Amino acid sequence: MTFEEITRKAKSEWEALQNGAHVLIGTATCGRAAGALDVVGAFDREMARRGLQVPIVKVGCTGLCYADPFVTISKPGSLRVAYGNVTPETVSRLVEGYVAGDDPCLELALGTVEGGKGETIIIPELPRFEGELRLILRHCGYTDPENIKHYIANGGYYGLEKALKMLPEDIIGELKESGLRGRGGAGFPTHQKWELCHKTEGSPKYVICNADEGDPGAFMDRVVLESDPHQVIEGMVIAGYAIGAGQGYIYVRSEYPLAIQRIQIALRQAKELGFVGDNILGSDFGFQIEIAAGAGAFVSGEETALMAAVEGRMSTPRPRPPYPAECGLWGKPTVIDNVKTLGYVPLIIERGGDWFRSIGTEGSKGTAMFTLAGKIANSGLAEVPMGTTLRQLVYGIGGGIAKDKQFKAVQMGGPSGGCLPESMLDIPIDYDSLRGAGSMMGSGGMIVMDEDNCMVDAARFFLDFSTKESCGLCTMCRLGTIQMLRILEDITAGRGKMEDLDALLTLANDVKVGSLCGLGKTAPNPVLTTLRYFRDEYEAHILEKRCPAKVCPELTVYYILPDKCDRACEHCILTCPTEAIKGDKGEVKIIDQEKCSKCGTCLEVCPAEYNAVVKLSPVGLLPPSNLPAKEAKK
Amino acid sequence: MITEEQSSQAVAEILGRYKREKKNLIPLLQEVQTRLGYLPRQALKEIADFLGMLDVDVWGVATFYNQFRFVPLGKYHTTVCLGTACHLAGGRLILEALERELGIKVGETAEDGNFSLERVACIGCCMLAPVIVVKDKIHPKMTPFKVEEALIPYKQEAKDKLREGELESGS
Repeated sequence: MTFEEITRKAKSEWEALQNGAHVLIGTATCGRAAGALDVVGAFDREMARRGLQVPIVKVGCTGLCYADPFVTISKPGSLRVAYGNVTPETVSRLVEGYVAGDDPCLELALGTVEGGKGETIIIPELPRFEGELRLILRHCGYTDPENIKHYIANGGYYGLEKALKMLPEDIIGELKESGLRGRGGAGFPTHQKWELCHKTEGSPKYVICNADEGDPGAFMDRVVLESDPHQVIEGMVIAGYAIGAGQGYIYVRSEYPLAIQRIQIALRQAKELGFVGDNILGSDFGFQIEIAAGAGAFVSGEETALMAAVEGRMSTPRPRPPYPAECGLWGKPTVIDNVKTLGYVPLIIERGGDWFRSIGTEGSKGTAMFTLAGKIANSGLAEVPMGTTLRQLVYGIGGGIAKDKQFKAVQMGGPSGGCLPESMLDIPIDYDSLRGAGSMMGSGGMIVMDEDNCMVDAARFFLDFSTKESCGLCTMCRLGTIQMLRILEDITAGRGKMEDLDALLTLANDVKVGSLCGLGKTAPNPVLTTLRYFRDEYEAHILEKRCPAKVCPELTVYYILPDKCDRACEHCILTCPTEAIKGDKGEVKIIDQEKCSKCGTCLEVCPAEYNAVVKLSPVGLLPPSNLPAKEAKK
Repeated sequence: MITEEQSSQAVAEILGRYKREKKNLIPLLQEVQTRLGYLPRQALKEIADFLGMLDVDVWGVATFYNQFRFVPLGKYHTTVCLGTACHLAGGRLILEALERELGIKVGETAEDGNFSLERVACIGCCMLAPVIVVKDKIHPKMTPFKVEEALIPYKQEAKDKLREGELESGS
C-alpha cells in the first residue's frame, strides 16, 4: 500500500466512527487505578442489555486525572459531553439518558468537548484549557492508542513521509531552526546531538528512546506512551534516517507494564503498514525498533548508565566526553533522546522549525509538559507554552490548593530539583529561569506542598531516595549523601545543632563537585533550596524543637482537648491500633504518649462536631498531666 | 517453594528461546523471575553458564537492580508506594500501619507465606495518594485506619483457603 492509500483507508474508518454515536473511556494506568475498566465493563453490559450497537473506544489520558474515570459521549448532531468520576453505578443513567435518549445528564457532566480534528480537545467550561497548548498531548483522550489508523487519520506519519523525501542535513537544519532542547531535564539542544552523530564515522549507529522515567511523582512519559505511542515511534524513525541508524531501542521501566504493552502493539501495527522495518514507505531506508525493559534503577535515566543497562550490565555512568553521539551503545555512535523530545520531531518536520520556534521564550522553545500532584485541587497532566508562570500552572490550570489550605512550596524536578516558595511563583517556566532559582525543569514532575508539609522532612525524603538510588560509583555521591541524610534525620528528630546547617552546605557542594553524573550533581538541590527559602523551618526544628507543620513524629504529639471531648463517644478508643487511649465511658479520653504510635487515626475518626484531637509541637506544649510518667518526673 | 528440578526445567525452557548474547542477561533474569516468582541461586548459575559469564557477574547485575528478588514472595504481595505525593500524604504512616497489621517488616515475607511487604518509589498514581497495592489491586487514598479494612478480605481469603486445605487433607 502507498502512503496515500493507507491514509485514505484510515480516514474513512475514522470518519465512519465520527459519523455515528460512540463512547470514549480513558483507560491509561491512572484511569484504571480509579476504576476505568469497571466502567468499561458496565457500559458493555448496559449496552448489551438494551441492544445498543454503540462502539466503546478505549482512549488514553486527557490529563484530567482528578476526574478519572473520564468518559466522553459523542453523538453526531448533538453536543459531545464529558463526564468525570464516572462509576459503574452512574453508567446506566448515562446510557439511558444520553446514549439511548437525548438527556445529556448535565448534573453528571464536566462540560462539552470541542476540537479533536487532528488538534487537541478542549472543554470550554473548564478555565484550565485557556492556558494550555497541547502538542504532545494533542491526540490524548480521543484516539485509540491501540489503533494506528486513529493516529494516521489525525495527521500521524505525515512527518515521516515528508522526512524521507528530505536530506538528513535538512532534517537536522529544521531541528536547529526549531530550537528544540531535550525534554529529559538538562535541556541540551537536540540538533547538536543529531548533527554530531550524523557526522561521526562508524557503523552501525543507534537511536535510543529514554523512557526510564524514574522521578517519583512524574508520569508524563508513561501517559504519552500509553495514550499516543506512535508519535514516539515516528520520531525515532526520523532520527534514525537523519543520523544513518538502522536500529532503535526504547528503554522503558518495567514498572510501566501497560506502556510496554501499548508500545508492543504500536510497533507491530507500524511494521505491518511499513512505517518500521525494511524499505520504509517504499524507500531504501530500513529501521528496526526493540523494547528494552528496565529493571528498576533510578540512575538508568542517565544516558551512559542507560546504555550500560541496554548492554546487559550494571547501570553505572561513565565520564563524558566521549559523548554517546560519538561513542555510545557498544561503542557506536548513538542518539539518545527523551520520549517527549522524540514526540515533537514529527510535528516539527511536518509544520516547520519556524512554527515551533514561534512558541515559547527566547531560550526555551515549544511547550512544557508537567504532572501536577500533591496538595493540588486538580491533579493530572498539563502542557503549556514555555514562559507560562508557575502561578498560572498551579492556580490557573491546577485549580489551586486542595481543601482551602495555604500554599507552601512547589517542588519540581524530583530528587534533582528544588522547592520554590510563594515568592517565586511568578517566574516563567523555562530552563534558564528555573535553574537561576535553584530548581530545574527536570523531566516535568511538579509536586505542590501546603501548610501541612514540613520542608525539612521533604528534603530528608528526597535525600533518602538519592542515597538508596546512588549506584555507588562516586565516593561523594555514595557517602556524602548519607552524611547529609544523617544530619537531616538528626534535625527532624530534634537532635540538630545550628552548626549542622553549615555542614550541610559544605557537604552539598562537595557532593555536587565530586559526582560524575546528574544523580549526584543534583542530589543536594532539595536541601539547598529548602535551606535557601525555608531556613526558618530548619531553625524552628533546631532551636525550639518545633516542627511548624507538625509532621516530624519526634517533635509532635497528639492531644485530646478535654473541653471538646464528648466523653460518651468512644471512636478513638475503638480504633486506636495500639490501644493507647484510655478513659471509661463518660470520662475525658487521654492518650498514653508512651503507647501512641502517632498514626493519626484518632484525629481521623474523631467526629467533626467535636474535633477534639489536635497535634501539638513542640512536645512541651502538652499539659503536664498528659506527659509520659518518666517525662513528668523531670 | 519450587524444587530445584522444577526451577531447572523452567529455566532450560526459557534459555532455549534466547541467543547466547550478554545483552540478553536482563531480559532473561526478568523472564525467569516472572515465571518462578523470584530468582533461585540455581537459576542464576544456569543463566551464567548459558551466557558464558562468571556467576559473580550475573549476581552483580541481579543485585544491582531493584526489580530482582532472591526469596519467594507471599501469596498476597503488598507494596506500599513511597513516592513524593504518597510521602507528603502520609505514606510513612501507611507503611507503619501495614507492618503492624501484617506482623512483618518491609522486605519480609510472613512465615505462613501469605503476605509479603515491599516499598516502591512511585507507581505513578499520584492523584490517588497515598496508595498501596495488594495482589495487583490498587487501593487509593489510604489512611492507617483504612489499611486495616483493606486487608480484611485478603486475610479472610487466606484463612478460608487454609481451612479448605485442612478439610481436603483430612478427607
